[in-house]
Amino acid sequence: MDYTWDFEVVVRNFPVLLRGVVVTIELWVLAFPLGLALGFAVSLGRISGKSWLNAPAIAFVEIFRNTPVLVQLIWFYYAFPIILGQQLAPFSAALLGLTLNTAAYCAEIFRGGIQSIVRGQWEGARALGMTYAMTLRRVILPQVGKHMLPAFTNRGIELAKVTSLASILTVHELMYQGRLLSSTYYRPLEILTVVALVYFVLIYPGSYFSARLERKLRARD
Amino acid sequence: MNGPDETLIRIRNLHKRFGALHVLRGVDLDVRKGERIAIVGSSGSGKSTLLRCINFMETPSEGTIELDGEVLGSEVRGKDGKPARKYAESELCSVRERVGMVFQQFNLFPHMTVVENAMEGLLTVKKIARDAARARAVAQLNKVGLADKLDAYPAKLSGGQQQRVAIARALAMEPEVLLFDEPTSSLDPELVGEVLRVIRALAEEGRTMLLVTHELGFAYHFADRVIFISDGVFHEVGTPDEVLKRPQKERTQAFLARFSEFIF
Repeated sequence: MDYTWDFEVVVRNFPVLLRGVVVTIELWVLAFPLGLALGFAVSLGRISGKSWLNAPAIAFVEIFRNTPVLVQLIWFYYAFPIILGQQLAPFSAALLGLTLNTAAYCAEIFRGGIQSIVRGQWEGARALGMTYAMTLRRVILPQVGKHMLPAFTNRGIELAKVTSLASILTVHELMYQGRLLSSTYYRPLEILTVVALVYFVLIYPGSYFSARLERKLRARD
Repeated sequence: MNGPDETLIRIRNLHKRFGALHVLRGVDLDVRKGERIAIVGSSGSGKSTLLRCINFMETPSEGTIELDGEVLGSEVRGKDGKPARKYAESELCSVRERVGMVFQQFNLFPHMTVVENAMEGLLTVKKIARDAARARAVAQLNKVGLADKLDAYPAKLSGGQQQRVAIARALAMEPEVLLFDEPTSSLDPELVGEVLRVIRALAEEGRTMLLVTHELGFAYHFADRVIFISDGVFHEVGTPDEVLKRPQKERTQAFLARFSEFIF
């Protein structure tokens, strides 16, 4: 192989990538908590005995789990103006798609966690006169939190990577900036290598600290 | 009889169905203030279901329950057009606050210490300040002989100790009635005594209590009235002597015969 690697162009244009990093972080920082919160709400519908809550929750989860994220993002971008008569900014469309997708997965994690707690715990709390909400908050969730942590970490990591799909909607995040540089300087290999490294540096600390937290929680038992 | 002759709980025509299974088939019961009732019968006879209907761990399929003169729930038209009862969450919570329950499996909260378990209802339901809640919880734990285990987690306790914590947790709420659902059935035999002693001490305070149990010897000494349930109806009701020593009905006799080598 006589390919000569040349990273000079990446070094020179690193600020361009950094601007993309800021947008990638923005997407993640908004979509993850929003997805968690919405996912929690959906999981409550999912475990509810009332079919008018249950049915839409199941439909929501299944639609978002069983279609590609890429399709979802593009769909939101193009379908919104048709349905609501209002164009959605690329960033908003991407954020919406990523949030709903994250919510669908988180709903399943919450549901699995909540349902793993034996009925007796609900009864013990309810027999004291505690409401459904009190029981959930004080008795059920504290017991499942640490079991759900690995699954939520996975979701967070997955989301961080999936934000790169927003580049398709011309959101100027890291992947988009990388592709922009690639097509300008014809050095896709060097540029994508650095883009991959930057993703790694962004994501790895999250999984590292989550693993540590997990060990700490487990040691407490 | 002990205590004032005042009805605290009045149950009329109580039915409970689980799908096709008709577990309770029309039960009437008046519980007077201060009365102690033991409910006995074979597994599957409906005795636990009856108890669990009283604090709405199960929703009755039919019939009414009255607590201190107030009929619970409101009448609505059911799906089949017949009148049914609907129970609001807030009403059930306030009923459960007044009707304490002790479970066969204790159902302690494993992520809370002993004293936190006993404080939980005071903090969340009664909204009592932390210091006062702790004082009340400690007083009850002291009563069941666990003042030295306040900061232990339930997993570190024996079954008998766990059940005594569960009793203290129920007592801390100062309920008007206590329901015991086979409180010693999941205990090792040598731990049964310590729990029964606590229950007997409560009985001596004149509390209103309903006990579902297989400990017929204990039921005999504990109860003012014994109910033998069979196939979801009251088969025989009377004083402990009447039901446990001189049962009139064949089924009661057959049931007791299976225990006879152990009691009295």
